[in-house]
Amino acid sequence: MAVNTGNVAELVGSNEQTILPEWIELQKKAGSLQTGRITENELASQSREFLHLLRDGLSRGGSEVSNSAYGPAKQMLADVSRSRALQGFSPSETATFVFSLKQPIFNVLNRNTTLSPAQAAELTWSVTLLLDELGLYTLEVFQKSREEVIVRQQREIAELSTPVVKLWDGILALPLIGTLDSQRTQVVMENLLQTVVETEAEIAIIDITGVPTVDTLTAQHLLKTVAAARLMGADCIISGIRPQIAQTMVHLGVELNVISKATLADALALALERTGRAVTRLKKATPASGQNKMSAEKGQ
Amino acid sequence: MDRIPILKFGNALLVTIQVDMHDRLATALEEDLTSKIVEHGAKGVLIDISALEIVDSFIGRMLDNIAAVSRILDAETVVVGMRPAVAITLVELGLSLAGVKTALNVERGMALIQARLKTSDEDDDDAED
Repeated sequence: MAVNTGNVAELVGSNEQTILPEWIELQKKAGSLQTGRITENELASQSREFLHLLRDGLSRGGSEVSNSAYGPAKQMLADVSRSRALQGFSPSETATFVFSLKQPIFNVLNRNTTLSPAQAAELTWSVTLLLDELGLYTLEVFQKSREEVIVRQQREIAELSTPVVKLWDGILALPLIGTLDSQRTQVVMENLLQTVVETEAEIAIIDITGVPTVDTLTAQHLLKTVAAARLMGADCIISGIRPQIAQTMVHLGVELNVISKATLADALALALERTGRAVTRLKKATPASGQNKMSAEKGQ
Repeated sequence: MDRIPILKFGNALLVTIQVDMHDRLATALEEDLTSKIVEHGAKGVLIDISALEIVDSFIGRMLDNIAAVSRILDAETVVVGMRPAVAITLVELGLSLAGVKTALNVERGMALIQARLKTSDEDDDDAED
């Protein structure tokens, strides 16, 4: 479809002073400023810049968005879309930026008396197609930016949620938080085994207080971790199974053939006992001071 | 090298695998170890695999077999020094070596065997009383 979009470019250029305020007004009406994420000045300058770039595209690129003349306009849309995605705009708010430009341009086309009705209709149609495509492009970039955010967050969660803590000489704790999938299990396992080698630990306590659900798959992942630790010569204790989860596990028929304790404290007590230690109170706590200098390690 | 050396260490046998295991070497080790256990009346077998970077399902099964055979001959097998990557691989292969005892290093493994010998000695003493 070879439409002479040069006409539109000229019209847009000469009527910039009417299109721009109308467009900005429409964007405001659609609520672009309500959330307070961008200022009116920013919106105006973004709109002006895009209008200029669009005009350049129209004058040289015809009605095909794939034409390289639209490159700068698309680049600018991508930037706007990406920054809006990161600022937390909704998809429709972002798309409104492009779609609300339709009406002002149509108004200009209608008001122009030099065009025949047929010409005006044809130009309107090609501009519609053009802006629709640009709108879709904006949404695509928006979506992609959101996905990037999600991937980054996933990576951060994975890094944050698999610490291995040394509780005592030869005793490690592994507080698990969040759902255990196979990818995370892999990370947890590698971390744990590496730390077992570094600290020469004999006992590892896997605390699952922060694991919301334990199904057969999670149990399998846990057992794998336990088995791998055992191969390295470290015993595992599982602690922090919540009452509801314990019930669910029994109903599901999930069996963890591992020593399990209700709390991390119980597990630590067992670990100390296994490594030949005991915790005793040095002297009776004085109720007035409230200070508990209670524990001391008795030699192995 | 077509044989892995087996050293006698008190009541225990010490095997240090320093080369990449191939299947024939593994079978040879299994046979040698069985005859040595009987020959020396060993009560413990310590296998150090800290130099092994690759353990496939065959070697994994060999370790399991050695443990099973030794148990029949009244010797306890301890595998020591397994690398984290090897441990993960074995678990992923579904080989958790349930019949094998494990320890982090040779020192701990020896302590494990000594502890067992001690308790069995005490049992003998009790029987005499």
